[in-house]
Amino acid sequence: MASTAIGHVAVRRGTARRDPAPAELLLTVLALVALSVLIVLPLTAVFIQAFEKGWQVYLDAVRDPYTRDAIRLSLLAAGISVPLNLVFGVAAAWAVSKFDFSGKSALVTLIDLPFGVSPVVSGLIYVLVFGAQGWFGPWLLDHDIHIIFAVPGIVLATTFVTFPFIARELIPLMQSQGTEEEEAALVLGANGWQMFSRITLPNIKWGLLYGLVLCTARALGEFGAVSVVSGHIRGETNTLPLHVEILYNEYNYTGAFAAASLLSLTAVFALGLKKLLEWKISRDTEGAAE
Amino acid sequence: MSIEVEHVSKKFGAYTALDDVSLRIETGELVALLGPSGGGKTTLLRIIAGLESPDAGIVKLRDEDATRSPVRERRVGFVFQHYALFRHMTVHENIAFGLKVRPKATRPLDWEIRGRVNQLLKLIQLDWVGDRYPSQLSGGQRQRVALARALAVEPKVLLLDEPFGALDAKVRRELRAWLRRLHDELHIASVFVTHDQDEALEVSDRVAILNHGKIEQIGTPQQVCQNPANSFVREFLSEGPRSVDIAPAARTTPLS
Repeated sequence: MASTAIGHVAVRRGTARRDPAPAELLLTVLALVALSVLIVLPLTAVFIQAFEKGWQVYLDAVRDPYTRDAIRLSLLAAGISVPLNLVFGVAAAWAVSKFDFSGKSALVTLIDLPFGVSPVVSGLIYVLVFGAQGWFGPWLLDHDIHIIFAVPGIVLATTFVTFPFIARELIPLMQSQGTEEEEAALVLGANGWQMFSRITLPNIKWGLLYGLVLCTARALGEFGAVSVVSGHIRGETNTLPLHVEILYNEYNYTGAFAAASLLSLTAVFALGLKKLLEWKISRDTEGAAE
Repeated sequence: MSIEVEHVSKKFGAYTALDDVSLRIETGELVALLGPSGGGKTTLLRIIAGLESPDAGIVKLRDEDATRSPVRERRVGFVFQHYALFRHMTVHENIAFGLKVRPKATRPLDWEIRGRVNQLLKLIQLDWVGDRYPSQLSGGQRQRVALARALAVEPKVLLLDEPFGALDAKVRRELRAWLRRLHDELHIASVFVTHDQDEALEVSDRVAILNHGKIEQIGTPQQVCQNPANSFVREFLSEGPRSVDIAPAARTTPLS
């Protein structure tokens, strides 16, 4: 078994282009078929459906006031949750990768929690805490503060679900860079802020941007957690992904797919940015490893 | 200016890195901390710099108690084992860093900083690499840039952690002699950590031999060679020249 595998590697290196082994060919075809059926086909279907009745109908659907409200709310939720996670993520990654303290492994587990919990459960947590029947419900009601079925709940749920993206991206990067450069800055007389802004930040900037792209893409697309806390009030608490569902349930296919096409476009854009950043990061780490 | 360490102890968990260590280094003196790895040399150096705080004992710089003063106020020059050059800055920017982070009141003007950096580049005989990045330099060049960066802030105390550890034998010997000359020109107190007895005996005025967190013996190279205080010192010094047989590849960590 092992010797066959090694043989294949040798074949690949030498004559891959002229004579691909049958197993390789089969695997490649399988992967391409799976990719087409699972990803390319649905994505194409979104755009075909959206433009089925022509440009004019598509544009009208996108310009629909409720759709525009949904876009605005999604951008608002992402616009608040992403900067919050930028601060939390950098702080958490900094603490985990540059210091030793008790409870560190507990913190790392907590950072990963939103990845492990179903988004619906994440939403429910907030309903249980801030909802009318929840722990703080009566108090919030007395003070006329609306969190659940209002914008703050949507922002909270989005922030929770997207929390790990930036921290997860930065921790391995910062751990691999160690603390020597920061120590050197301190010995040379830098204060804490100068050390962070002139040494740490430039060293992690591409990784940070990468995390930001992933975080933003997820914040715009989040459905489950937001669905639980939103209340689906059109024009008020309806984000773009929720709006797609509403339109679809109302048999407004062009509208639903037009809205979906906007989300798909942001995803494709994010993917392009991600690729660019990956290239930048690999170039930077190669430079450092020389 | 002098460095004084009085009854310093340091533990990391259950591991004792330093156990009641006392040492005084006068201005103009170049002292080597010599010993096997894990003996506490680097910990002692980091405590003098303020990068670690001792569990017990006092550190005095310029005859003032500096045990509680933060790193950036101690004005020490520190050369890290793997240089710790700022990878996103050019050599020029690296050397200028210590001057540029000063508060406005004490910061030299831009043209003064430029002049000082150029002067230091000449001192380390690398005035043609100012615009390069650390990744474009050889190990020996990085080492000299790290030294220039440490000297830019005109420290009165220079601390070097295994300064030649990651270099090949020929470059090490050249840099050793160069460091000795430089030290004599600057009239400062210098301490360097090494596990290479040749290096310690050849370069330093005095050698402190550390083992298991204690100073086994301290004295001039002649004293420790002719009158070793105990069997550990005798055996450690008689292990023969080791600077040649430590492969440079084994001494570099993959991350630096």
